[in-house]
Formats: sequence, structure tokens, C-alpha cells
Amino acid sequence: MPRNKTFAVTLDQDLCKGSDCYICVNACPKGVLAEGERITSKGLRPAQVKDPDACTGCRICETLCPDLAITISDTSQAATTVPAVGRRQPASPSSGGWTTSPGALKPGPHYMMGDDACAEGAIAAGCAFYAGYPITPASEIMLRMATRLPETGGVFVQMEDEIASMAAVIGASWSGLKGMTATAGPGFSLMMENIGYACMTETPCVVVDIQRAGPSTGQASRPASGDIMQAKWGTHGGVEIIALVPWSVQEMYDLTIRAFNLSERFRVPVILLGDAIVGHLRESFHVEETVELFDRAKVPGAPPFGTEEEAGVPPMPAFGQGERLLITGSTHNEFGIRKTADPEVQQRLVRRLSRKIVAHLDEITDYELYYEDDAQRMVIAYGSTARSALWAVKRARDHGEKVGMLRLKSIWPFPGEVIRQWGDACQELIVPETNLGQVSQLVQQHATTPVSLVSQTNGEIMDPRRVTDFLLDGRTKLAS
Amino acid sequence: MGRVLREKYTRQPTPFCPGCGHGIFLNAFLHAVDELGLDFDKTVFVSGIGCGAWVPSPHFQADTLHVTHGRAVAFATGVKTANPDLNVIVIGGDGDIATIGGNHLIHAARRNLPLKVFCLNNFLYGMTGGQVSATTPQGDITSTTRQGNPERPFDLVDLARGAGAPYVARFPVSQPRKLKRGIINALSFDQFAFMDVLSLCPTQYGRANRAKRGYEGPSMIWSMLEHQKGTVAPREKLDSENPEGKIPIGEWYAES
Ligand code: SF4
Ligand code: SF4
Ligand code: SF4
Repeated sequence: MPRNKTFAVTLDQDLCKGSDCYICVNACPKGVLAEGERITSKGLRPAQVKDPDACTGCRICETLCPDLAITISDTSQAATTVPAVGRRQPASPSSGGWTTSPGALKPGPHYMMGDDACAEGAIAAGCAFYAGYPITPASEIMLRMATRLPETGGVFVQMEDEIASMAAVIGASWSGLKGMTATAGPGFSLMMENIGYACMTETPCVVVDIQRAGPSTGQASRPASGDIMQAKWGTHGGVEIIALVPWSVQEMYDLTIRAFNLSERFRVPVILLGDAIVGHLRESFHVEETVELFDRAKVPGAPPFGTEEEAGVPPMPAFGQGERLLITGSTHNEFGIRKTADPEVQQRLVRRLSRKIVAHLDEITDYELYYEDDAQRMVIAYGSTARSALWAVKRARDHGEKVGMLRLKSIWPFPGEVIRQWGDACQELIVPETNLGQVSQLVQQHATTPVSLVSQTNGEIMDPRRVTDFLLDGRTKLAS
Repeated sequence: MGRVLREKYTRQPTPFCPGCGHGIFLNAFLHAVDELGLDFDKTVFVSGIGCGAWVPSPHFQADTLHVTHGRAVAFATGVKTANPDLNVIVIGGDGDIATIGGNHLIHAARRNLPLKVFCLNNFLYGMTGGQVSATTPQGDITSTTRQGNPERPFDLVDLARGAGAPYVARFPVSQPRKLKRGIINALSFDQFAFMDVLSLCPTQYGRANRAKRGYEGPSMIWSMLEHQKGTVAPREKLDSENPEGKIPIGEWYAES
């Protein structure tokens, strides 16, 4: 029966994947489409339109083609015009940078637990998202955030595990919020893969690890500093990361704020390495009138994953701003386009992820010196161990020993140059640690002077007498 | 429509094998998006690792977050809670969403955030070489079960419903119009929605099970599509006995 031809059949042979498919050829009830005759340069034999006049416009082929290669148009109607797309609503530009903000707590003295001070520091820093999972000795941070975030208009989610917690924080960061999670040993281990993802995708976020005695479940409520190396080397592939080590409730507050600022400034996860002592300790601390805050730059149109500079930090737009972000943990170019076999892109990316941190060591490195003027020997200490160490240094000085102390407040990237200088200036460096010697190895790498380790791994705070005895006798008297 | 959908919503052609069922899903999904008028500038696609996860990233012209294996639903939870104005859609395979990521799936269903999760179920790991997954039917051949899968598979509809998902659906790629309708319903639903999309992997699953399943004819994928149509039936039509062991398809809304 004669029939008005009303349908045009277009088959884009460049898109067709050919003879291993031929779904359309088999599907067309009218024999419009046929196996191809021409073999392309890719070795494919794309389907072809053989009998267009027979097309009834049923569109079966069009809906089944896995490659959107077929277009059926009704020629009795005006040609379909594709609306102009690619018009992007520009993100509201924000160059980011430093601002001064009123804090969240009343200025003046406060008295609370370290974990609580950490949560308050986060709120003061503008943290608006927390995802976490219960774990001793970090749970108090989550409990306080569960109360404080709803009060301050933020979002709190308790996730099903630490893998999910880390994932949710990264997702929220790309939705434009400052996010944080807190955990301890086993949970920190579970977070490692996604911490690496955050490094690769340059996602600002803060991870608090309240270190407890390990390995494995170990002693859940007891302190240790066994996660120093894990903080940097725990995720695969080798990345630069920033880690800070508080020694007091004051620093649980201050360094949490600093952790957020550094993570926004360098678009990198920042780890706050507390321990069960500073986490559970209650003492007073001081809250300033205002807080200095850094915010990520949101520049529309700019490449979110690359800079001209070798050590640059690109701007970071958020979801929903029309930027059509391509974010991936695979190797990518400055626009997020995957380049999984390009040696140059891989090298450039890995370099920049590292250089953007190590080239700014001066901005990151933070430490405090005690009795350094006449010191012939220097104790290098950090975290709660530094409290015991300072007590020991004072006792040793009472006995006429010329001992000083350098307390690290930032531990990654490791301030090797500072260590080298103090090594050169002294006869011995002494590193007390509640692990089998993690920072002492780093100190050894950077110093030419002899380095001694005072190690304690009994799940207790570093015994100040152990350090004193070492400083006075050059050896530990207490049983290990 | 093919050209319109390509130009409006995609960045580039997919690298999928010829005839891949995931491509048919992609086609149905974009038909649904267009019919619904979904604003891609307010939509975030989250996907993990695997062939299914490549449907949105790097192909869709929207915000895409291509994450670690199995964790897409957890990342999506962060994206959505931090900015509830965004449409947050997860697309991935059965290995990604239901095997390594099964824990996140059931908790998301329980939590009932308005996320949309599409699991492109091809019954094995395609990208990594055809290994058995949590949805591989018992007895099927995969590269790690050469004698046939000795384990029982998850029924993803039962799993999601059991976890409390208020909208659960299952549609096969061999019925693209029903699939499209279901996608529209899932995307328009105001709560958590999960779809078990019966997809097809000619390269890994088809070749390994060609003899067993009797995928005949020169076009294996066509034979697989025909075969798939024969194994499913609308759930309304299946009485509780289901003597032929058909796979129920359709939509399950929680009575609320
Ligand atoms: S369905 Fe599409 S890809 Fe497959 S043969 Fe036809 S035109 Fe080619
Ligand atoms: S629209 Fe229908 S009749 Fe026309 S080519 Fe496609 S399948 Fe054949
Ligand atoms: S391996 Fe299977 S699922 Fe992956 S692209 Fe090929 S056909 Fe599709």
C-alpha cells in the first residue's frame, strides 16, 4: 500500500559500533536498517540505512541504540532544533582568602575537654558539615558536633562506618561546605582510601585522629602516638598531606581552626593528630574576640584542577553553580578530564599535588622553643608527650643540665630544615615518643648530630621521670 | 532524538563495548531526563568504579563526582545533605553498588534521603574481567566461577525493600520504554528511590554463558535481549507460585 513518507532516518556511522551490535538491524520490523558494507578505519562495519522509505517511525531502533547513533525525525513537522546548550550559569565569583570573623564561643576563658574544644574550634572555623562514626576516644567530638551543628545551621550525619564518613565529608565539601570527621586508630585505617581520594581531587576537609594505643583494637581508651607515619603514608600512592599535633586543650581549639584554614588554603585534607590524653583532658583555654578564617577561591570558568604555576592551588567551585565539574580520583588534566595513560599529565599532577604543599613549608611549619638559648642538648617532642618532656627538661635544668626543647605543632610536611639547624647547634637531639620511634627516625634523617629515642609503649602518658632519668643519666632507668 | 540527546546532555561518545546494555540504559535515561526537563545544572551524578559508573562520568554535561569503588552512595549522602537543592543521582554497577558498596546501599535506603540510585545489574564485574558478583545467578559461569557460581545471589529488589526503600523498581534494558517510564517515576519521586536495572554485558557475561544460556545467532547481544525479555514478567502478572521462575519487573512503592 502506498504511504506518505514522513520519517527521516539518520544513522551516524561514526558513532555506530558495528557488527558486534546490530541491535537496530535486528530490531527494525520493516527492514529499514541493514548490516553495513563499509569497514571503517577503526575496523568496524557500521549499520546502514537501506530502505528509508519503509520507516513507520516506530522509533524502536532509536530507543535501543546504545550509542545514540540513530535519529528518527518526522519530516512532516519542522526540523527539530537542538536548543542552545553549553550556556553555563557562572558561579558567583568569590576570590576567597582571609577574613576576620567573630568566634562562636564567648571570648575569654573556658573550661572543657579537649575533644569538646576541638568541636568548638571547628564551629569557630566555619565548619558546617560533620559525618562520623562512634569510636573511643574521639566520640565526644561527634557528640558535641551533633548538638552544635543544628544550632549553627550546619549538617550532622552519623554514617554507617568510617569509610562512608570520609566519603560524605568529601561530597559535602564539593557542595560548598567546610566539613570534618573525627576518629581513632581503627577508624583512621578505614578512612585511608578516601583520604587519598581527597588528596587527588584536592578536596579541603579536616580529619581528626585521636590516637589510641594500637596496633589493631589495642587499648581503646589509652594514649599513644602510633599513627604519625600512617597520617602521611597510610593512603596508597604517596601524597603530601598536612598534619598538626596539639598538646593541650587550648591547641585542640586553636589547631582545629588552623587545620580548616590550611585545608582551604591548600585544598588538601588536614589531619589533626591528637591523642587520648589531649582528647580527654579537661583544662581551661582562652577564646579570642575574633578568628582569622581562610576560604577557598571560587572563580568561575577557571580550571579547577590545574595552575600555570608548578606549585599552585587552583580555585574550587561548588556543585550546582553551572560549572559542570568533572571530579575524579583518576589522573586528570586541569579540567578534570581523565588522562589515565598520559605520562606527562600524571607527572605534572603528582608533582603539583606535592609542590603546592612543600613549596609553602614556611606557611605551614609551626613549632615552639623552650630554654633554647643555652641548650647543648635539645628534646624534640610533640603532642601530650611534650607535656611530660617539658617537665623533665625543667628538672634536668634544675640539676644544671643545659637542655632545651623544641615542640612540634605541625608534623607533616616534616620540618626537616628546622631539625637540621638545631641538630647543628647542639650535641644531641632526644626524641621521647609513645611509639617505637617514628618521629625519631625522621629527626635522624635530617640531623647530623646523634639522635636518641626515649620510647614508651605501655598505653600510658609518657612518664616524665623516664625522660628526666634519660636527660640526667643518658639512659632510661625505668623498665620498658 | 538520538542527536538531540547527544548534543544536549553528553560530552562525548562512550567507550563501552558494542551493544553494551549500559548504553541502552544511558539512552533510556536521557530520554527520561528530556521528557522530565531535569535541570542538569542543578544535578550531581555520583558514581564509583566499573563500566556502569562510566555512564554519567565523564559523559554527562552536569556536575559529576567519580569516586572510589563502592562508595558512591556514601559520597552522595554528603553532597545531598550539604545542599538539598541539588538533584543527586547515583549510577553504577552491581559490583560497585550491591557488592563492595552493599552496606552503603542498605543504609541509604534506611536513611531515606531523596537520592536516586540506579544499579546497572549485569550479573558480574565487567571492567575487571568478568568475575562473580553478589548478583551472579547460581550456576552461572564467570572468570572466577568456571564450574558455575556455587553461591546464591542477592535479589536487589528484596534487599532494597527490606532495607526500607520507599520506591523500588526493576526494569530490563530489553524493554526501554518501560525502563524510561520507571526512570521518570524514580526521578520524580520525593524520597529515596532504587532501581535494579537488568542490564547486559555481552563481552564478559554473554561470552562466558553463551552455550549455557543458548545465546544464538550472529548478533549475540540481540539474542541476549530476546532472552532477557523471555525471563521477565510484570510483577502484577506473577502469582505467588511463579512456576516458570520469571523475574518480576515493575515498581514497588512502600505502603505509607
Ligand atoms: S544499534 Fe546503534 S550502535 Fe548498534 S548497530 Fe545500530 S546504529 Fe550501530
Ligand atoms: S523507526 Fe522503526 S521502522 Fe523506522 S527504522 Fe527505526 S525501527 Fe525501523
Ligand atoms: S565489559 Fe560488559 S559492561 Fe563493560 S562495557 Fe563491555 S559489555 Fe559493557
